[in-house]
Amino acid sequence: MEHPILEVKELHFSYPDGHEGVKNISFTIEQGESVGVIGSNGAGKSTLLMLLLGIHFPDGGNVFVGDVEVTKKTLPLIRQRLGMVFQDPDDQLFMMTVYDDVAFGPRNYQLDEKEVDSRVIRALDLVGIPHLKDRAPFKLSGGEKRAAAIASVLSMNPDVLIMDEPTAALDPKSRRRLIGLLNSFNHTKIITSHDLDMVWETCSRVIVIKEGEVAADGPTMDILANEELLDSCGLELPLSLQNCPVCSSRKVHEKIKLRGVNG
Amino acid sequence: MATIKNVLFNMGVLDDLAMKETSIHRIHPLIKLLTTVVYLTVVVSFGKNEISNLLPFFLYPVLIMVFAEIPVVPILNRMVLVTPFIIGIGILNPFFEVQTVVVFGTSISQGWFTFVSLLLKSALTVAVSLMLIATTGMNQLAAALRMLKVPKIFVLQLLLTYRYISVLIEELSRMVRAYSLRAPGQKGIHPRVWGSFVGQLLLRTYDRGSRVYESMNARGFSGEYHRGNISKLKGKDIAYFLSWSLLFMLARLYDLPLLIEALIFSMGGE
Repeated sequence: MEHPILEVKELHFSYPDGHEGVKNISFTIEQGESVGVIGSNGAGKSTLLMLLLGIHFPDGGNVFVGDVEVTKKTLPLIRQRLGMVFQDPDDQLFMMTVYDDVAFGPRNYQLDEKEVDSRVIRALDLVGIPHLKDRAPFKLSGGEKRAAAIASVLSMNPDVLIMDEPTAALDPKSRRRLIGLLNSFNHTKIITSHDLDMVWETCSRVIVIKEGEVAADGPTMDILANEELLDSCGLELPLSLQNCPVCSSRKVHEKIKLRGVNG
Repeated sequence: MATIKNVLFNMGVLDDLAMKETSIHRIHPLIKLLTTVVYLTVVVSFGKNEISNLLPFFLYPVLIMVFAEIPVVPILNRMVLVTPFIIGIGILNPFFEVQTVVVFGTSISQGWFTFVSLLLKSALTVAVSLMLIATTGMNQLAAALRMLKVPKIFVLQLLLTYRYISVLIEELSRMVRAYSLRAPGQKGIHPRVWGSFVGQLLLRTYDRGSRVYESMNARGFSGEYHRGNISKLKGKDIAYFLSWSLLFMLARLYDLPLLIEALIFSMGGE
């Protein structure tokens, strides 16, 4: 049987101060899925991502990437397959030029310089910033930094793209461009965000985390239109599904519910 | 506030200069490093009273500056930073040295010679070191150090310290901004909060540093820093190294200004 691309089994993690960040979380993600991981502040989303990447290790349970378990020994392989885009691009871009930053990952895997170059150019083309390759990352705008950070992960040809709050601090147009960009990728994607409208547009499935546990897991349309569920998890309907602020017209999600009932 | 941002901006100046494409920039980083080491060793090896002997050594930084198109101001600015230390070390020489010499009919302390010699040496060595960074860049320098089999832990330490200084300064500037917005009319930061300020800065920088490190790890970093391929040593690189080294040696062994003077006088006498 083919393995799912990511399998999380009864994952448990406590911080040194005893706070339980993740409690008994299990799910699987298949090749090509786009999954939004949502939850209120402190629900355990970031901790979960750290566990997937092997930055933290769980107290119990396991994470499998393909058929490889995430352990200290398998980390190099795991990290090649999971590409993580950090919330703050400044954490990720630390080299003198955008080019060197995008080349950082491939060079760590000791690819020959020709291959590194072609990967860097392809990654920069994919995110639409080939003209910025010789610029210093700290001089870029927020949107450009985000694009460079994504390129620095794409250049490693990951199987799964993991993104922590990719639209945070982006202006509306940059955010729109990013959504278009994310939808253009064929990668398996895991996106954590409070920007539920972005999740609505980019993810086909949503996992809701509440107090370190999975509160719901299902198709985006069912979960993001479920006001009760979202409310109980410290969230709200996506803005695009809320009442019109001017004429208070009928909620869109009622229509979705009806559509769901009718087939 | 503005000064902190300026520091950050100025830090990038050397990096920007290192991105240029001039004949000097194209020379192999290892060669530039070795030439600089020879230069520094020779300059430092001069006795404490030598002045005229040091003058030919200005040729090297001046030529580098011209050919590598390095502006004078940023280099001078950085040299000024270290001068107070040098003056602090040497300023008492004129008073402690009891021997006197007669110059243009006036008798002055020999200490003035040692002081000026010290100033010259520091100016030369600091300028040349700065120019090495401005023509090579930190990454290439690190690669050159690795070629010399310097242990990777030291090279990495150097590189990351260089990168993280800006992280530290950014955090500091954010804290100062937040502080000054809620402390109108205060100049600087009140000594009462210095302790917590420094502690906060340390913790924030530590957090930031560990996030940067995590992002490096997530991209397969394993302690070795790969700069990519650096061009192979060419004949002209080696010629560059040998000819400069030869010139430095000659200038060390013979007092070139005196020789030139003697030459001119002998020609004038014919």
